[in-house]
Amino acid sequence: MATSIDIANSQDQREIDGSAPVLAVKNLYKSFEGHKVLNGISLSINRGETLAVLGRSGTGKSVLLRLIIGLVQPDTGSVCIHGQDIAGLTLDQLGAFRMKMGFLFQHAALYDSLTVGENVAFPLDHHRREMSRPDKAERVKQLLAEVGMESAIDKMPSDISGGMQKRVGLARALALEPEILLLDEPTAGLDPISSGEIDELVLKLQREHQMASIVVTHDLHSAKTIANRLALLDKGIVVIEGDFEELQHSNIEFVREFLKQA
Amino acid sequence: MPSFVGSTVGLASDFLEWFGSLGIFAWQVLRAAVTPPFEGRELVRQLDEIGSKSLPLVAMAGAAIGAVLSMEARASLTRFGAKAMLPSAIVYSVVLEMGPIITGLVVSGRVGAGIGAELASMKVTEQIDAIEASAINPYRLLAATRILACVLMLPLLTLAADACGVFTGWLTQTLFEPVSFRQFINNGFSGATFNDFLPPTFKTAVFGLIVGLIACFQGMRTRGGAEGVGRAATNSVVLSSLFVILGDVVLVKFIQVFFP
Repeated sequence: MATSIDIANSQDQREIDGSAPVLAVKNLYKSFEGHKVLNGISLSINRGETLAVLGRSGTGKSVLLRLIIGLVQPDTGSVCIHGQDIAGLTLDQLGAFRMKMGFLFQHAALYDSLTVGENVAFPLDHHRREMSRPDKAERVKQLLAEVGMESAIDKMPSDISGGMQKRVGLARALALEPEILLLDEPTAGLDPISSGEIDELVLKLQREHQMASIVVTHDLHSAKTIANRLALLDKGIVVIEGDFEELQHSNIEFVREFLKQA
Repeated sequence: MPSFVGSTVGLASDFLEWFGSLGIFAWQVLRAAVTPPFEGRELVRQLDEIGSKSLPLVAMAGAAIGAVLSMEARASLTRFGAKAMLPSAIVYSVVLEMGPIITGLVVSGRVGAGIGAELASMKVTEQIDAIEASAINPYRLLAATRILACVLMLPLLTLAADACGVFTGWLTQTLFEPVSFRQFINNGFSGATFNDFLPPTFKTAVFGLIVGLIACFQGMRTRGGAEGVGRAATNSVVLSSLFVILGDVVLVKFIQVFFP
């Protein structure tokens, strides 16, 4: 029986051939206690591409990200990483696919009993056991330097601001060199300057690492800055998908209203 | 009357659902605990957190029980002319029942609340989701290590409580009527075998399983912010204490049947 690692690796070849998108969700349905949140969503994303998922609060944007990384199971539909459907895999089987993904949570979700440095080292401690301690320390410093947080390495998460926590969360998400980056409201709750810094940081990381990224946001300015494509969600479906120009020229009433209000 | 029947059915349904969920949780933890990679470093940290840091409280509780037992038993035994039985009464009471149950309850209070609140707080701040998203099994890292640490440390903490209880039992008796510690121990343990003392001590490993399992379960299924954290901590203590006491009834009978 092939392990999840074998399956994941065999699918890598298809990705190299360019025959499969890095990530594809097909006809995804999800409801909670009878309330339909996602109502048949299909999206795909290729290497080096950034897709911004926009929509009003409660339209299932964050649920979509949680379904992609397997924290929530879909009612029906599939989530394919390199062409392999991950729905229904066990926790340990999912591990091989999750190692290909980095996730920045809305409130960073840093481990509050660990220092900033230990937070970033956490995935390395568990998945790069062969790395020596000095190599890990060097990698942590390098990751923190990438997000401009190397001076906070010994601080506790509670001692740094929300924007800084998001930077550290981003460094932690990058620790295992993921192919897919999932960002849940990276600029939510931040002042305009911090938001701009996070946007610049995401763009810089995109240029340097060429990951496939999905950014969930309701910040249209941020979405316009960092994404190649935008998808607008309403009532659990994708109302429109395309670049910002396409959204601007759309005749769909909801799209026009959303852009006007945003 | 129908509302009484309805609420009773509702309670029974909630109870069965809780038990079912606990069973599924226990299975997930067991499966994670026996498959690599093993979280040795986290286990050592939890052994220290649960064992070393509970030691002073458990030792003090054991010492208090020994002193109280000595004073109470002295008065009763003197009335019946059986004062010579005092060392045995203290030693047997402490080692067979009081030491294990007090240790179980003290640990369920200190450790149960701690684990319940810590995991609940991690749950509501998405830290457990972050662990899972990092391809790390939270059942293995958070639950299995804490439950195993509880199972391993409870018998050791019980030995500490027993030792303190016996010592303060002797100390209290000596204040009334001086007797050497050696003579007290010789009288107290005369005729005793390992079968008398090992099963009651090792039954606390089951108390550890109860406390660890319920506290981790309550913590990791929490919902609803600060209120949920408070509820998880309270439920962890209440339920684990209750199940420790109920478990003790079953274990005492089990020991009497299989280690007569």
